[in-house]
Amino acid sequence: MSVVELRGAVALLGRFPALAGIDLSVEAGETVLIQGPNGAGKTTLLRLCAGLLRPTAGEVVVLGHDLTTERRAVRRRVALLGHSTGLYGDLTVAENISFWARAAGLSGADAESRASTAAGLMGLDKRLLSRTVNVLSAGQRRRTSIATLAVRRPELWLLDEPHAGLDQAGRNAVDSLISEAVGAGATVLVSSHELERVRSLSPRVVTVAAGMVVADSSSSASGTERDVGQGGGPGA
Amino acid sequence: MLVRGVGQVRELFTDAGLVATRDLRIEARSRVLLNQVAPFALLVLVLFGFALDADQRTLRTFAPGLFWVTVLLAALLAVQRSASIEHADDAHTGLRLSGMAAASVFLGKAAAVFIQLMVLEVLLTIGIVVLYGSEVDNPVLLVLTAVAAAVGVATTGTLYGALASGLGARDTLLPILLLPVLAPVLIGATRSFDDALGAAAVDGWAWLGLLAVFGLVATVLGALAHGAMIED
Repeated sequence: MSVVELRGAVALLGRFPALAGIDLSVEAGETVLIQGPNGAGKTTLLRLCAGLLRPTAGEVVVLGHDLTTERRAVRRRVALLGHSTGLYGDLTVAENISFWARAAGLSGADAESRASTAAGLMGLDKRLLSRTVNVLSAGQRRRTSIATLAVRRPELWLLDEPHAGLDQAGRNAVDSLISEAVGAGATVLVSSHELERVRSLSPRVVTVAAGMVVADSSSSASGTERDVGQGGGPGA
Repeated sequence: MLVRGVGQVRELFTDAGLVATRDLRIEARSRVLLNQVAPFALLVLVLFGFALDADQRTLRTFAPGLFWVTVLLAALLAVQRSASIEHADDAHTGLRLSGMAAASVFLGKAAAVFIQLMVLEVLLTIGIVVLYGSEVDNPVLLVLTAVAAAVGVATTGTLYGALASGLGARDTLLPILLLPVLAPVLIGATRSFDDALGAAAVDGWAWLGLLAVFGLVATVLGALAHGAMIED
């Protein structure tokens, strides 16, 4: 069953077509690496799948909902890790994780239990949990941010550069989180420039350039892979 | 159907309580109200005193208007602060993805601003009694006016704060958008305070009615419209 199905999807940022007719199908339980040069449309693709953008043309169906008309139905079921952390600087790490657990509809002991588990997954010890976010390093904020998503146990993870700013332990924690999520049946789309690291988690690599899918390793065997062109190669 | 409706209302207010508690906790920790907004408001009261030549009879006469102009100016800061909490690190995207109803976010944020305004109004009331020599003739009318006006300012401010944030120029645009809309609150609250402080012979209760209607309409419209304001 397709969790993400895009057919000729177009998304505009202002008047600029950040996505210019994307075709992509992702099955449940898949981990897909989205790669491409800066400005290729990777972040916009993830935001579109999260229901934060409305497609201006084409068809976008995520978790069975058409995002032209049902964007809000999808949102509670996805987690989007963007470039910002989405944290409240004057709250502690524990308060941030707990808030987002409760905002996702969890109550009382359930929220605290999940918050504790998520913090443990991201290596946030008791000392860090009681600190306000304002005094944390960038890497610690990134870990906290990922923990606030993990409490929700989403069906679809949309991760934009999840390893950015993390030390080795943090990167390993992210890899473990992705593996656990997929093991639990979730689907993961990862946009990353750390290709070797993510390739070990994802057998499928989709290359995006100029708002289009220009290569898909899942279909390359059948001869549909196209030339990526200038700037579209790995590491660009 | 009824059970589902009751459940949705309960969820609405539970989520609103969550947002309000979070905003007040952030305020308690950052102390922006106590360290910046309240001193600013008291300073404005003092400057009005200088501008009117420190004549207590004049100050007593104009105290209701000066009080509410000061509240509106200070409310701008409180509303800007409330909006910036969500936009400082893009937390509002997380709220949109949380599935929480936009009406809950609106009610929660408005409730937090309301509580801050009430604290501010208590301080300013003490301020006009001490600095201007005002006397409270009708404490019940005074308190009800303060509450009704604070509801109107908090709800309208929260809605326009979200609107200005969405337009990407919140700090400079908010006063231009918000102050004209709050003119009825300024007029109604000033007239009602005229009565409560014995500064002029008017029917304060009638003006209180206007404030209550304004507050109610602003709350309902805000809860309905906030979703559209926070969408891209």
